Amino acid sequence: MDSVIERIQKGKFWQFHGGIHPPEQKFLTSTKPIASAQIPPQLIIPIRQHIGQAGDLIVNVGDKVLKGQILSNSDSPMSLPIHAPTSGTITAIKPMAIPHPSGLSETCLILTPDGEDIWQPRDICPDFQLLSKGQILEKIANAGIAGMGGAGFPTQVKVGTLAKIDYLIINAAECEPYITADDLLIQEHSPTVLDGIKILDHLLAPKHILIGIEDNKTKAIATLKKATADISHIEVCVIPTKYPSGGEKQLIKILTGQEVPSGVLPSSLGMVMQNIATCFAIADAVINDTPLIKRVVTVSGQALERPQNVWALIGTPVSYLTAQCGYTNSQDKHLIMGGPMMGFSLANDQIPVIKTTNCILAPSEIEIASPFSSTSSKEVECIRCGQCADVCPAQLLPQELQWSAKAKDQPQLEKLNLFDCIECGACAYVCPSQIPLVHYYRVAKAEIRQQKLLDIKAEKAKVRFEARKKRLEREKIARAEKHKKAAEARKARMNTGTPAAKSEKSAVAAALARVKAKKAQTVTSQSAAESVSTPVEQVEESKSQVANAIARAKAKKLAQNKQAQIAAMDTQQTNESPSTLTPSQAPPVNIDKKAKVAAAVAKAKAKAKAKTALAANASLGSTTKADNSLADTQDNELPEAVLVSEQAPPAQSVSKTDSSKPDRKAKITAAVAKAKAKKLAEKSQQAKKIATNESYSEQDNKPSTGAADKKARVAAAVAKAKAKKLAASANKSQPSE
Amino acid sequence: MTTFMAILVLGGIAALFGALLGFASVRFKVEGDPLAEQLDALLPQTQCGQCGYPGCKPYAEAVANGEAINKCAPGGEDTIKKIADLMGVEVQPLDGNHETDNSPKVAFIIEEDCIGCTKCIQACPVDAIIGTTKQMHTIIADECTGCDLCVAPCPVDCIEMIPVATTTQSWQWDLNSIPVVQID
Repeated sequence: MDSVIERIQKGKFWQFHGGIHPPEQKFLTSTKPIASAQIPPQLIIPIRQHIGQAGDLIVNVGDKVLKGQILSNSDSPMSLPIHAPTSGTITAIKPMAIPHPSGLSETCLILTPDGEDIWQPRDICPDFQLLSKGQILEKIANAGIAGMGGAGFPTQVKVGTLAKIDYLIINAAECEPYITADDLLIQEHSPTVLDGIKILDHLLAPKHILIGIEDNKTKAIATLKKATADISHIEVCVIPTKYPSGGEKQLIKILTGQEVPSGVLPSSLGMVMQNIATCFAIADAVINDTPLIKRVVTVSGQALERPQNVWALIGTPVSYLTAQCGYTNSQDKHLIMGGPMMGFSLANDQIPVIKTTNCILAPSEIEIASPFSSTSSKEVECIRCGQCADVCPAQLLPQELQWSAKAKDQPQLEKLNLFDCIECGACAYVCPSQIPLVHYYRVAKAEIRQQKLLDIKAEKAKVRFEARKKRLEREKIARAEKHKKAAEARKARMNTGTPAAKSEKSAVAAALARVKAKKAQTVTSQSAAESVSTPVEQVEESKSQVANAIARAKAKKLAQNKQAQIAAMDTQQTNESPSTLTPSQAPPVNIDKKAKVAAAVAKAKAKAKAKTALAANASLGSTTKADNSLADTQDNELPEAVLVSEQAPPAQSVSKTDSSKPDRKAKITAAVAKAKAKKLAEKSQQAKKIATNESYSEQDNKPSTGAADKKARVAAAVAKAKAKKLAASANKSQPSE
Repeated sequence: MTTFMAILVLGGIAALFGALLGFASVRFKVEGDPLAEQLDALLPQTQCGQCGYPGCKPYAEAVANGEAINKCAPGGEDTIKKIADLMGVEVQPLDGNHETDNSPKVAFIIEEDCIGCTKCIQACPVDAIIGTTKQMHTIIADECTGCDLCVAPCPVDCIEMIPVATTTQSWQWDLNSIPVVQID
């Protein structure tokens, strides 16, 4: 460290890479004193004038404010308050164009001054040494001081660092052409500036204080040297003029030989840099309790009659300042905020001066052509001369960056360290193809920043989406668990044996049975077998009944086939000897034969009838009647009735599948009829078991198995019994023949 | 003897490398489909379902399995280009079935009209709506992805999509309004 100081004392400095020597043009304003602040008819005060967040407004439209009164609160270190630059009335709070390259609007306070310029009560502190560091920091924060060199970083954050500081570097280099604001400030207000430096010394306790100043400001250098002569650890470092030596990293390199790595703050290297204007503001704030409400602005350019430095209240419209300096160019207004290298063209002249505004440039058309005029851009293809890389103070590759920026290759831009570009404009200045390189970089930087914001948002959305999916999954499982538990609890309750539980159980069982029955019904009707609608009282039997119905249907088919064969045989026999059937023949055989014939005839008839019934969609009423007649009478139609009653229901079910409500009633009636028929059949079966031995044996010869066989037999028996009855009645009538 | 030694040595080496590879395949096993992961990182994560998949990840997985790359409406041309680069396929124009307007939006509930039906809450893929039954709902604007999914379920049509305003924070330089000429 001592070697560094030795070198500085010998007047030897390091060099940063690149740099240019543009025409300085400082003579326009450097010899004139700073004009005093005048109060414009209206002040436009943006609520955010620095890097970071805006504070919360604490005044309303119509409020009367005093000079220096706080207008917005700051709650975080990165938000700064704003103050009333003069006394007056808040006449509006609305979005207005702000000093930003975009020309976009942000919330601004409109203050109409009353012209009296009355201060709010101030607490003058002649000796800052009596204040604690915390108190000084608070005063700086409350004064709303942001870095006045151009970046606008909140000062209290920078000077509130806890790192051990070796060098406090005061930046008075002011390397940008035209600008002389700091030069004049030193010349006219060196005691206050020095007070500011002493306050910083008190706060940071650095080992050395280095004031970096370019050798083209002779008067200011003399003033500073005189003022700091009796302070041993302050060195005034007169550095060679070269643009951009006023850049933070560049000045550190020149003075200490150290390079600040990418993405590292100088404070971590034991260095803090403050602009000379910021030092003035700090002194004003701590000693005079004056917030940052005015600053020195260089109003320069050949389009002005009286280019000069002026004290401008924060919020003064640019048009007011240029008018004060004799701006005559009413057409094709071209105004630049900031210097010619790093400034930006203003879209209109109603934009206010803010805390970071150090220069308003009003160049003539020959000096700097307006970017808004159509003839200004003469950009041609890059010829790869490499001059831009030679002058780049950040040692980047501007042409590579340019190509990547044009191709929107963001990963490549980041690989090329685009964000280390300080946008000094040296590359664009030397470019023989007149490529506005910095503009491309600014565009690319904005796009990358935007993309990063989007990426962060996308990541957040992804996390939230995943979280939601997990939550839904969890809830689903929890719901299933709950249902399971509830079911178990119900079961346990039912098994307790209390009457209530029993009734619940039976109700559940009944409900289950109902559901089953319904299912079974649809199955049966689909298979076009006997549609058996189960009465509610017989739910338990429903299943077996369905099975029975299916078996019956099968047996019937079987029986029909058999009987058709038999009938064919019997008709032959009957045709051969109808008259030979005499009582002299063995009665059982005779009866049997007769019965068979009768049965066959009856069956054929029944079949025909059933067919017509099917075709005519035999109504339930007729079927029931048939059943009744079956129960009451024993006439010729009896077997038919039985058969019809057996065959009609399918027809019914076919015809009734589309109308449901009346259908149900009908079904129930049909079921009742069926039940009756069944009972009857069972009875007759028991009665005829003995009488139909032969038919049994006949039937037994036929291959049949299990339940189907039994059913078939039962059905056959029924048919036979009926046939026998018929035969008996025939026998009775025969003798009378 | 030499032949035998050669076979033995080469066989030994083969066995060694085989074992090494086997070990590596177990030890450094890649979980999941890296391509789907990469694709998922390119998608805008609005979870809007306009692609026909229930979220960005399912679409990423589908693209990895051969689905068309031009179905992400919120991502627009930029996303299609990125996916095409990653997949090594031709850039396709955005699927005609989708809206081409992919400007950022945020949902807004007209609170006096809200009846508190919670339908929008169930529709929101990122849980960006606060509210409960028969209470007024509101959108957490910072979390809203502008996916539009809450608009349709609202029975009283009290949700509207508001374009996100450009501020100096989100402003992008317009090459047409500043003195820059795009030279090809």
